[in-house]
Amino acid sequence: MTAVADKPDLEIGRDRRRKEDQRLITGRTRWTDNLVLPGMLHLAMVRSPFAHAKIVSIDTEAAKQSPNVVGVFTGADLGEAQGACINAWAITPDQVTPPHVPMPSDRVAFAGETVAVVVARTAAEARDAAELVDVEYDELPAALDLKESAADTVLAHPDLGTNKSALWVFDSAEAGTGSSADAAIEKARGDGIVIEREYRQQRLIPAFMEPRSTVVDPTGEQITVWSATQIPHILRFAIAATTGVPESKIRVIAPDVGGGFGGKLQQTPEEMITFAVARKLGKPVKYTETRSESLMTAHHGRDQWQKLTLSAEKDGTVTGLKVELTADLGAYIAIVGGGVPVLGAFMFNAIYKFPAYHFSCQTVLTNKTWTDAYRGAGRPEATYAIERLMDELAIEVGVDPLEIREKNWIKHEEFPFTTVAGLEYDSGNYEAATAKAKEAFGYDELRAEQKQRRESGDRIQLGIGISTFTEMCGLAPSRVLGSLNYGAGGWEHASVRMLATGKVEVITGASAHGQGHETAFSQIVADRLGVAFEDVEVLHGDTQIAHKGLDTYGSRSLVVGGEALVKAADKVIEKAKPIAAHLLEASVDDIEFSAGRFSVRGTDQGLAMAEIAMATFAAHNLPDGIEPSIDSDATYDPVNFNYPHGTHLCAMEVDTETGGVLMRKYVCVDDIGNIINPMIVEGQVHGGLAQGIAQALWEEAVYDDSGTLVSGSFVDYLLPTSADTISFEVDHTTTASTTNTLGTKGVGEAGTIASTPAVVNAVVDAVRQFGVNDIQMPCTPERVWRAIHSGDGGDETEGAAAPHFTEETGMQGQTDRTDGANQ
Amino acid sequence: MIPVQFDYLAPTSVEEALAALAEHGDDAKVIAGGQSLLPVLRMRLNAPEVVIDLGGIAELRGIREDGDSLVIGAMTTHHDVLNDALVKEHALLLVRAEHQLADAQIRHRGTFGGALAHADPAGDLGAPALALGAEFVIAGPGGSRTVAADDFFVDLFETAIAEGELLTGIRVPKHTGWGAHYEKFVRVAHQWPIVAVAAAVKVDGGTISEARVGLTNMGSTPIRARAVEEALVGQPATEDAVRTAAALATEGTNPPSDLNGAADYRSHLAQVLTRRAVLAAAGA
Repeated sequence: MTAVADKPDLEIGRDRRRKEDQRLITGRTRWTDNLVLPGMLHLAMVRSPFAHAKIVSIDTEAAKQSPNVVGVFTGADLGEAQGACINAWAITPDQVTPPHVPMPSDRVAFAGETVAVVVARTAAEARDAAELVDVEYDELPAALDLKESAADTVLAHPDLGTNKSALWVFDSAEAGTGSSADAAIEKARGDGIVIEREYRQQRLIPAFMEPRSTVVDPTGEQITVWSATQIPHILRFAIAATTGVPESKIRVIAPDVGGGFGGKLQQTPEEMITFAVARKLGKPVKYTETRSESLMTAHHGRDQWQKLTLSAEKDGTVTGLKVELTADLGAYIAIVGGGVPVLGAFMFNAIYKFPAYHFSCQTVLTNKTWTDAYRGAGRPEATYAIERLMDELAIEVGVDPLEIREKNWIKHEEFPFTTVAGLEYDSGNYEAATAKAKEAFGYDELRAEQKQRRESGDRIQLGIGISTFTEMCGLAPSRVLGSLNYGAGGWEHASVRMLATGKVEVITGASAHGQGHETAFSQIVADRLGVAFEDVEVLHGDTQIAHKGLDTYGSRSLVVGGEALVKAADKVIEKAKPIAAHLLEASVDDIEFSAGRFSVRGTDQGLAMAEIAMATFAAHNLPDGIEPSIDSDATYDPVNFNYPHGTHLCAMEVDTETGGVLMRKYVCVDDIGNIINPMIVEGQVHGGLAQGIAQALWEEAVYDDSGTLVSGSFVDYLLPTSADTISFEVDHTTTASTTNTLGTKGVGEAGTIASTPAVVNAVVDAVRQFGVNDIQMPCTPERVWRAIHSGDGGDETEGAAAPHFTEETGMQGQTDRTDGANQ
Repeated sequence: MIPVQFDYLAPTSVEEALAALAEHGDDAKVIAGGQSLLPVLRMRLNAPEVVIDLGGIAELRGIREDGDSLVIGAMTTHHDVLNDALVKEHALLLVRAEHQLADAQIRHRGTFGGALAHADPAGDLGAPALALGAEFVIAGPGGSRTVAADDFFVDLFETAIAEGELLTGIRVPKHTGWGAHYEKFVRVAHQWPIVAVAAAVKVDGGTISEARVGLTNMGSTPIRARAVEEALVGQPATEDAVRTAAALATEGTNPPSDLNGAADYRSHLAQVLTRRAVLAAAGA
């Protein structure tokens, strides 16, 4: 029983293969759609083909007569039992918020909104019958273009009288964190440099691998909801709060969840409809969306215009930054909604010492799919803007873009550093990360090659893009969230259960959806308690097991959830000590704990953690007044965000004849503090990079003039595969975070946040000699080509898909796509 | 993504398949590799009552030599065409195109004849088939007929295959010793080409003696770039000479405008890609 004491190596820092991968990769696991319950019925949604229309009538008779149909319900049929979809973050007290009924009965506000639900014995029969539901619409003008909608040209919700939802403002002069940005800009107009740009953050689709699915079983005392969600705890709260069903009567389980990227950080209309139907019929029901439905109706991300003004002295020392955002909310305000751009509000100043900063964000309602968190949520937008601007400033001053950054960034000896946005960066070393990246990249050699290609007029031009990013992650100190009017706290909970056999169950409130929590958390606990990695089981995602939690998003699981876990494990040790002392017939003060063994100082006497666990279970011989349990839990509320940073360098080749772009080299040196599992970190960075690069080059959700999502399948919404990306060179510097025990920083979003501007900077750098200073994302070959030949790379994407799958017979009946609006 | 219910027939001979087609007419769809029909069915864009699967008809598979031609069975998979020694020797352009067609999984399921019969103007095989002057062997109730490539592609997703008929094979004249290249322009690897150019050239002593050029996705059908071909003959295989000829690539085209590019951009691409394809084919 004392073998664990011989364990030579620490688990933290080891390349442990992910223990969850066998079941996740083979799919032989409990995905929600794999669940089959006795007597379970299946749902199919009837969706609006119109972006904005009055519902005149819904005839469900034919559908009800269809084979094996159990019921067909409209919004009117379900009524208030549907509950509502909540916005948890009204960003201003006067935010204009349209009511969001999961299934409206009077008017639809985006193409794809559900107007009726069919219940049948099989999913196929439900889908067949859904085509027989006859909905008469009276089409209304749709608010589609973001800028036009911000001008209230057409109203997305006529009753509200405006599309403008909220104007959120931060001004460093008013906040006392800096001086006036307007004054700095005015001054620079006279004697300095002013850079003014407008950038577009295109609309993106999170495109997680597992489509959303919900199963509701109302047959027990607790109604059980399985859902492919990132937020089982928040979902339970939202269902209870809006349906009147007591929270204690609801159990939510997020079983294995196949990715989210923020896209499953939502309380969805489909979950609410499924819940209502199950209760109405008293039977288990399942709803699983199709990929088309997923792309069309699961929330989208980004979609902003960024108006930016940067002022600097003539030598390039920055003096002020003014950011004016217009953000597309879509048809409704999602659970975080307008809070997403606000999460970026504190990050536009990034690693630079701006003395003055002004930020405003106008959120706008339109008749498109709602938007919400997508990997990075606010910080990619901020990083993109500032890193693009720093390149422009370097050009204006006439120095290397790395030099302008170094001139303005926070020096490593200046930490902790309070920024103009009011955040305290605890640690960082931008010099070290940049030096390492520069060397690995071969920066000087590539610059030389670039020069040579320019001078010789080579058909292939080379561009070098830089992104020296930071981000705030580890959502979040509850007091900060409170000050921002967010509807919940940002703590996390963990429990450690010591089983009689020496095994350990760890419960975390951070519900994973593919990140590798089970592996990384096992490593932490193995080291902390001195037990074997294999002996630790990590449980999560079920409100009956993990009764408290705030789930997984915002790169918070390790830095907040991991810290809760450390504290719970430490409590186990403290609870075990008096028991160990008692059994060893020693004073508690003489008990030392090391490498899984309690020993009496100065002797060779000791007991392993497993022995204490067994003794506690038996409880035959415990000290007086000690409860027979060493199980512990802890709830941790972070005192600060943490601030990973890094230097990303990207080389892009541009074919000046076609506008085609090709990535030549990508090096990143990230400082994410101490690393628990390097393999998981590398995976996170690789995936994050691919996703951020994809925003720069490939992905865009495009609507046509009638509000139909044109890029509604993976034929037209271009996700990259491994064939389209290169091998990234990933390295690290390590500056331990000072705000958590393990010294860790978040990594889940870093790659996505950092890479987008690095790529676009590289593409622009390659063609700048043609008079180009911007190319709108995604940097399609056509945009690059037009930029080279006319200096303008900002055309909107044509709102038409190639007809690969639509032309043969056209539409037949009602489908789960919305092309009907074109008929 | 559940199709409307349909009946499934799996004939084991061309005769049986034709009989099934005759019986069900308009209500039936033929499935080959299913790489286009299955998504259409799953997205409920089409709802045939009967699906006739040609997968069990052995006589439709395989590649054989027939005098001055190769005959490729309609149900031969892309993978098999790509890896066939006869095709490599006598119709290299097909290998070049198949190599870039979709991905390995699709090449193992999808068929040569199925892709051509589907007649997506962005499909990778139409332009090479046109360029090589392929003939399409079509079986019908009254027997078999042969249609020249120029007459096979009628319009968007429309071919000379009439109701009740089946494409059984493709006869490809041998182009032994010709250089070939398929220049495909995409944003991501698994995408249909925005524009692609198929070129086969015969070079004698540095001079182009014969040339065949086909364009992908420059109109409602694959298009033979005859003006380019004529301009190439007798020219040296040099950048300048080929550039002049390639400028004619837009003649007779009517490119689409969509998410991936406007028509004028595609026209520009066609010229650039034609030059590159011809030069590569010529080994220049």
